[in-house]
Amino acid sequence: MNNVMGILNNNPQGISLKELTGHRSLASVPIASRYRLIDFPLSNLVNSGVDNVGILLESRFRSLLDHIGPGKAWGLDTKNDGLFLLPPAHINKTGHVYKGDIENFQANLDYIHRSSQEYVIISYPSIICNIDYSPIVKDHIDSRADITVVYKDLETLYKDSHYTTIKIDDDNRITDMKINPDTRKDTRVSLKRYIMRKNILLEIIDQCVSTGQWDFEKNGVSANLQNYNVQGYEIHNYIAIISSLSEYYRRNMELLQPKIFNDFFNTNGQVFTKPKDEAATKYTSKARVHNIIAANGCLINGEVEKSVLFRGVKIGENASVKNSIVMQKSQVGEGAELENVILDKNVKITPGKKLKGDPSFPLIIDKNSII
Amino acid sequence: MSKKEMVAMLLAGGKGTRLGVLTKEIAKPAVPFGAEYRLIDFPLSNCSNSNIDTVGVLTQYEPLVLNSYIGNGSSWDLDRRDGGVTVLPPYIREGGGSWYKGTAHAIYENIKYIDHYDPDYVLVLSGDHIYKMDYSVMLEDHKATNADASIAVMEVPWEDTNRFGVMITDDKKRIVDFQEKPDDARSNLASMGIYIFNWPMLRDYLQEDAENPDSSGDFGHDIIPVMLNDKLHLNAYTFSGYWRDVGTIKSYWQAHMDLLKEDNMGLNLYDRDWVIYSVNPNRPPQYLSTEAKVRNSMINKGTKIQGEVENSVIFYGVEVGRNTVIKDSVIMPNVKIEDGVYINKAIIGQDSLIKNNARIGIGDAINYNVTVIGESETIINDAKIEHGSIVG
Repeated sequence: MNNVMGILNNNPQGISLKELTGHRSLASVPIASRYRLIDFPLSNLVNSGVDNVGILLESRFRSLLDHIGPGKAWGLDTKNDGLFLLPPAHINKTGHVYKGDIENFQANLDYIHRSSQEYVIISYPSIICNIDYSPIVKDHIDSRADITVVYKDLETLYKDSHYTTIKIDDDNRITDMKINPDTRKDTRVSLKRYIMRKNILLEIIDQCVSTGQWDFEKNGVSANLQNYNVQGYEIHNYIAIISSLSEYYRRNMELLQPKIFNDFFNTNGQVFTKPKDEAATKYTSKARVHNIIAANGCLINGEVEKSVLFRGVKIGENASVKNSIVMQKSQVGEGAELENVILDKNVKITPGKKLKGDPSFPLIIDKNSII
Repeated sequence: MSKKEMVAMLLAGGKGTRLGVLTKEIAKPAVPFGAEYRLIDFPLSNCSNSNIDTVGVLTQYEPLVLNSYIGNGSSWDLDRRDGGVTVLPPYIREGGGSWYKGTAHAIYENIKYIDHYDPDYVLVLSGDHIYKMDYSVMLEDHKATNADASIAVMEVPWEDTNRFGVMITDDKKRIVDFQEKPDDARSNLASMGIYIFNWPMLRDYLQEDAENPDSSGDFGHDIIPVMLNDKLHLNAYTFSGYWRDVGTIKSYWQAHMDLLKEDNMGLNLYDRDWVIYSVNPNRPPQYLSTEAKVRNSMINKGTKIQGEVENSVIFYGVEVGRNTVIKDSVIMPNVKIEDGVYINKAIIGQDSLIKNNARIGIGDAINYNVTVIGESETIINDAKIEHGSIVG
């Protein structure tokens, strides 16, 4: 895979996770006890042997930059190739109205030109999975496709989620591609992993820019189904689409099932993330825990059931946490009760408070709040 | 090379004979500790937190794991442009060089390394003690007393004095005499094996000692007695806090039980102002199933717990099967424990496999002893292992 580079596209595509994306980009939304969304597409690339990755930044990227650093956690702090942070187009212009992600590609054309690789994988952080690109790239080359789109046939499509749906003919050629349509007849969904020759990407950028079109997926791929041979590649791995808050909650809860946990973490290599130095999690003699996933550095003194705990979380005595997500350094006071709640980072729940959301509509408490 | 005020020399070549099967293939400082660490993480993190950025690590016995663990020192923030961590194995040079005979001889063999940095002081540390200490405070004390050397000491219970080197001091904390593991101790200030020396002075003593064929090249046996004899100013720096030499199976096990005490009465590993760093392997979060029962335990990432864990420390990558019960035990990295297993007051070495329905640490003796299973051992189905046994 020396001949393949990766580009992570942080175009939010209208996706909002309410308060969770109020102050951070989608890519840096925390998930699964110790990760951020971007860890998954980034780890997939490096696990597949890609060692030149560019990250197209969009907005609110402070936490993303802090998380990625020089790319050491992913083995991308190398002298040749490695990690490239690509600033958005608007950073140089005041009062600029954002037109679309093609602008960001265009602003970083030099990087794409200078990269020595012949192929490029473009991926987005809004869909996460643990896949190996090697067979997909091989298939892309063998099938002589211009563009390969990785897709999965889904059993259930949710109303509040964003999907890019596709139609595919008997020759695996994609004949139709709709970005977040209202009516969903097709259950095949693009996983927003696009593989192509670098010169096709450059062609698409040039074509879009010169005709005043600015969306990579819509104008670059979907509108080009006639001009290019766009092939589908089906995968059967577990995937998680994170395009709404309820979906985000559902996917975290799903990880409590052993099979899904295993698919997610123990296939196709490790998921890398920025390491934090924390002691192991401590459960006191009063702890009662059932079916949880937890990061390090937590102190558990109460009852926790079917929940996802991030690093450094403190659960007080006689507190009860059920079906909830508790992010980094949040504290649940003595005797407090939480059910179907998402606590963003560094939230303090004072003793005795009772908070309850609905499984289909979890209650979310904003970062740094004191309740 | 820029001058450094103080260079730390970390003695990490010891075998740790009394830890038996736990140090069969690794040096004692590389022994795993506290669910997440190896022993050497403590002095290295203390150096980093004390702003000592030049650390020579002296290795000799089974250095492979230790060398790769230390790497370039970045885990402890010790990958510096000037200084940082340097691993110092014994080497041969023109007209000399040999294995390290003792602690002082190991420093003697690396005079060149220390001279590179032209330091005023040298801090000598052991790689196998568990404690948190700000060495910069000790250095301030050393400077304030105008001493030639400072030795960190701590008060120990009088009945334990026969296990330590004991320092007898005057009312100004000046060391006037010392006793090695005495039966009739005249003081209960035990040496912690942490020394600060004025470098030009120590350099002379090391050279003199190296020329003495009768010397064992050891600080405690040879250098310190000579210094006392020469009436040098040796200052006792009193440390109060948690400090343990985990040199025996029993003390190693006990130090883990201390970690589980309520309110971190033993050693607080959750203090964000004095973080103990480690190489920190990347693992998924810990997974506790619906059947899991966990009480008063520390559990690290990458573990999958489906059974009962009580009063135990579980390192990363450990799997605990259904209907398995683990009590008062230390389970080292990547141990796989199958279903229906019973483990009581045991230390299980890393990468071992405990198969279905094995029972480890059984018997109802009054003096219940710690059972030890070595590294990469397999305990077969239905095996019964008496308490106090050592396997490996």
